Amino acid sequence: MKPVTRIHSRTAVLADENIDTDRIIPARFLTTTTRDGLGKLCFHDWRYLADGCDNPDFPLNQPQASGCAILVAGRNFGCGSSREHAPWALLDFGIQAVLCSEIADIFRNNALKNGLLAIMVSAAEHQWLLEHPGIELSIDVRGQFIELPDGGRIVFQLEPFARHCLLNGVDQLGYLLQHETAIAQYEQQPDHFTQEQAA
Amino acid sequence: MSARTLFEKVWDAHVVVAETGDTPAVLYVDLHLVHEVTSPQAFSELRQRGLQLRRPDRVLATLDHSTPTLPAGSDGERPYTNDEAKAQVSLLEANCREFGVALHGWDSADRGIVHVIGPELGATQPGMTIVCGDSHTSTHGAFGALAFGIGTTEVGHVMATQCLLQRKPKTLAIHVDGTLPVGVGAKDLILHIIGTIGVDGGTGHVIEYRGAAIEALSMEERMTVCNMSIEAGARAGLIAPDETTFAWLKGRPQAPQGKAWEASVNVWRSLRSDADARFDREVRIDAGAVKPTVTYGTHPGMAIAMDAPVPAARNAQERRALDYMQSEAGKPMQGTPVDVVFIGSCTNARLSDLREAANVLRGRRVAAGVRMLVVPGSEAVRRDAEREGLHEVFTAAGAEWRMPGCSMCIAMNGDMAQPGQLVVSTSNRNFEGRQGKGARTVLASPATAAASALAGRIADPREYLVEVAA
Repeated sequence: MKPVTRIHSRTAVLADENIDTDRIIPARFLTTTTRDGLGKLCFHDWRYLADGCDNPDFPLNQPQASGCAILVAGRNFGCGSSREHAPWALLDFGIQAVLCSEIADIFRNNALKNGLLAIMVSAAEHQWLLEHPGIELSIDVRGQFIELPDGGRIVFQLEPFARHCLLNGVDQLGYLLQHETAIAQYEQQPDHFTQEQAA
Repeated sequence: MSARTLFEKVWDAHVVVAETGDTPAVLYVDLHLVHEVTSPQAFSELRQRGLQLRRPDRVLATLDHSTPTLPAGSDGERPYTNDEAKAQVSLLEANCREFGVALHGWDSADRGIVHVIGPELGATQPGMTIVCGDSHTSTHGAFGALAFGIGTTEVGHVMATQCLLQRKPKTLAIHVDGTLPVGVGAKDLILHIIGTIGVDGGTGHVIEYRGAAIEALSMEERMTVCNMSIEAGARAGLIAPDETTFAWLKGRPQAPQGKAWEASVNVWRSLRSDADARFDREVRIDAGAVKPTVTYGTHPGMAIAMDAPVPAARNAQERRALDYMQSEAGKPMQGTPVDVVFIGSCTNARLSDLREAANVLRGRRVAAGVRMLVVPGSEAVRRDAEREGLHEVFTAAGAEWRMPGCSMCIAMNGDMAQPGQLVVSTSNRNFEGRQGKGARTVLASPATAAASALAGRIADPREYLVEVAA
């Protein structure tokens, strides 16, 4: 993973609450066996009309949303399935950060492991962001704040290890593999609850 | 040691490296469930890094999501929905051969939905940690296991290290007091619970379902309840193992046998929350107040009794949901015309679910114009159902009896509804487009789905069950 330290962009807003992973990338596209090139499928059934043309009512099809890397989404973004295709699709589509008052657990985990900033802000700050689409924000991962155009700041929490991995481009599998000795020792013990060795 | 919840007991026993302020815990995984959709990129990762799969003996792999539910043609070709689906299945077969995993594939008498076959084989056991690249892994919590869905990056972590990096979640106790009324089942209960606590009511938490009404549930009903924990945002939902659990597991192929069985049951009995254990949150639900429950919107939290009026939209997204569903505020869902009925999925495709549907359908005919699909959860369920003649009940009623798989729950194998069609479905998600672009999903129990197929409208199954009793 490449380090992610700062993201500067205008915001695009998808105000709907509970935007689920089927809306982010419909299940029928999950027959892929790679993680690449999913951006064209991102929000597919919302973004395109039946004839394949862009849906003019989809907020991210508006000219002012073009090039926005920060998505402000309604509460409980990413609910539903565990498909990592959702953050893969968003990143390939050009979204580098999702700001929300509440983000579904599995999606948030998957996003952070791919360098997609899934950041939760307070309900009041979230409401303000929803009401101000298109503003320029700078997200500072090291300082854990979002800088507003007037110089004001929104402070956010990030799980310390996820932050460390983002800032340093840490490979989490590499980190886990460093615990080989502890894992091997753990495996020497019999299972705690199932008693196969009693046989 | 201070009083602990069931979740904490299972968690503590699997900590390889304790969490600190700066680092998450390294948590050991006892059982890794693998299917074709969320594993290919993880196998690729292993290959690129030159890593082995650490514990192939702790992997249970099968084919379920992209698999056709119609049999192979006379030429032996399976009717995949497209070449990509076929290639995805072939790739899991190749990956399992390369990495030494025993695949419960096309030739296996055990193949089926991964969350149905894990318990059937006795691979799912109390006190285990179980993960899968699938959010309905919560199903296995019914046995007192800590079971949750993970993404594909984490699938790779488990393959390489048998471990995950995890922060300890919070705990939520859902006490279900009283008794479920006659004709009201586990699916109605879990829809009622999600409707009560909300689609994000369990986010950040592991649920423990407890109380008299939970203890009274059969093992298969408990799986239905735990399965849908994720639909309230909770990654996992557990139920303490008891005599019902042990009786169900005993003798299954991968369960301990003989003295090991006795010794295991003795230890499993300790897998209960201590009397003075503290939960971060607690919710009480009255089982006696639950009625046949269905969804009326586009997430599982939009659930109400089928005879209750659909609530008015409170905001733009609820209006969008009602518009999409063509649900009318102030009117009950009962009586809504139905196009398709689907009985299947990891929520409701076990033998008891099929019996529940068959009891309503027996000797009757599906309404004209309604298409009904019955998809067993596994080859074992299919065999057992056919031995009882349930397939004949379904086909005589005019339903299609299919091969096992996820089928129309996720609609990625070609089994899907057409735009605008209303599907009464025993599955777990009523998201926009979940069962086909533009399809409208109403989640319901197997009995409600069957009654609705007969009536051609969303119908109360108790009306049909009363006739049988009389």
